[in-house]
Amino acid sequence: MEKSAILLGSEAIAHGVKLCRPQVISAYPITPQTHIIETLSEMVDRGELESQYIKVESEMSAIAAVLGSVSAGSRSFTASSSQGLAMMHELLHWYAGARLPLVLVNANRALGAPWNIWSDQSDSFSQRDTGWLQIYCETSQEALDTIIMAYKASEQLMLPIMVMIDGFILSHTMERLMIPAQEMVDDFLPPYKAPYQLDPGNPLTFGGAAQPDLFYELKKAYSATMQEALGLIDQVQTEFARKFERHYSAVMHCQEGDKNSDTAIICCGAMTGTARVAVENLSQTEIAVDLFKLRLLRPFPTTDLAAALKGKKRVIVLNRACSYGVGGTLSQEIRTALYHLPDRPIINDVMISLGGKEVFPETISDIIKNREQLSETECNWL
Amino acid sequence: MMQEIRFHGRGGQGAVIASKIMAQALFFEDRYAQAFPTFGAERRGAPVAAFVRADDHFINVRSRVTTPDFVVVMAARMIESVPVTDGLKEGGLILINSDLKAAKFNFGNTASTTAGLPFRVVTINLNRIALKFGLGTEIMPLINAPVLGALAKVSGLVKPESLIRALPDFIPARLKDNEKALLAAYEKAGE
Repeated sequence: MEKSAILLGSEAIAHGVKLCRPQVISAYPITPQTHIIETLSEMVDRGELESQYIKVESEMSAIAAVLGSVSAGSRSFTASSSQGLAMMHELLHWYAGARLPLVLVNANRALGAPWNIWSDQSDSFSQRDTGWLQIYCETSQEALDTIIMAYKASEQLMLPIMVMIDGFILSHTMERLMIPAQEMVDDFLPPYKAPYQLDPGNPLTFGGAAQPDLFYELKKAYSATMQEALGLIDQVQTEFARKFERHYSAVMHCQEGDKNSDTAIICCGAMTGTARVAVENLSQTEIAVDLFKLRLLRPFPTTDLAAALKGKKRVIVLNRACSYGVGGTLSQEIRTALYHLPDRPIINDVMISLGGKEVFPETISDIIKNREQLSETECNWL
Repeated sequence: MMQEIRFHGRGGQGAVIASKIMAQALFFEDRYAQAFPTFGAERRGAPVAAFVRADDHFINVRSRVTTPDFVVVMAARMIESVPVTDGLKEGGLILINSDLKAAKFNFGNTASTTAGLPFRVVTINLNRIALKFGLGTEIMPLINAPVLGALAKVSGLVKPESLIRALPDFIPARLKDNEKALLAAYEKAGE
């Protein structure tokens, strides 16, 4: 039976990971990710989770340790944040190229300088091009569920998946959620069987070199697989919904305006919750806007997003990551996806928060109220 | 209707733990609750705020509480430096850990009564209750259990039994003494 509980976001994630029965865990603590791996280490220590927990001296070693275990055919887990994720960067590329299935949880946090431990999505947005799938979560429930779906998708696709929660805003907040029953998760997620693995009894070559033409062909195939991943992620989410009765999709319509509403706002992560309140409050003042959240950043759900935003005259993008010299990173993604539409909406690129700058419902409703004043070409800083 | 609490304390006094126990107790009464601290302020002695929201459905908003129904001040001296009543709702309540009478605190009231204020002011000496049951030291009494007993009484938000049921997950030692202190504060608060 599913069990109702009230947990910190970090603890909810640890429970999600435990339900997936990873055989190897290796991680290095960093605020605000620490409680995730601390809770897992306690679960292993108490014998509730049968897993090899490998203590290491850096994030580089953590991601390298699980590179070994995944190569040997073991379901594995790691988690990081900010500078830690940046330190893993080199091997993130390697995982994708080597087609190694891994689930990594990143607690979004700013990168220094200056030092800042608070929520900011720049750490994972700047890993967009490593070949990992990326999923952003709004609630602790969504994060727990996404981990279960991520293992399934990752192992079917032989691709690594990064699951994001906003540091502190989710990781350090206690909220109510349902913990799925182990039997149901076991049924949904059978044990991992690697098609190829490190095995002295059956020697194979891993990590070899590729000449230019072969390299190009492999990357072309990788890119095609990422496109196919869109369909498979959809399938996994549908299957999850049938079994656990919680529905997720790559792009989610969170709050409806009215049928005449020609403005949409879109964001990703925990900010969506606060945006729900802003949009609801505004609907009482007769400003109707639609709210969307983007869960899947890679592969990018171009078709779904274009369909969702079709007919909108204005799309306001709320960013928590910046590509300096251009503007909001999410805005660039949305623009690219909508460029081919015959009636392209105005895109308002809004840098709503970096480094934990607090987002109140009023922060969002003020942006919507003053939408006519927003620049259509430049990034809008508050 | 959503109810919101803001705890003000000094790092180490247990404001954050108190907010978590409150959320757990509300959960035991089948309510939706959210608890979180001001992030990144984990230093002993530094001013800390922690927040709790309670509702009958899932709580979407994630910004800090700015218009609380209840304010709890765990160290009365903080009132001199922290604007603790900021945003306190009309008809709300502020609970202060102090043996002074409510009117001795100046929130725009006279020195003899708080009757004209838009919110209630309640004081209770939680340090004395904590020390009576051996919780903490003279310098740093541990008041997170008694503060919750007092808050339960004056707010009516949660039953003391639910708080007692929530204690073991958060209080590693002297559980019985914490329970007794919680109930003693519940009895005494608002008298």
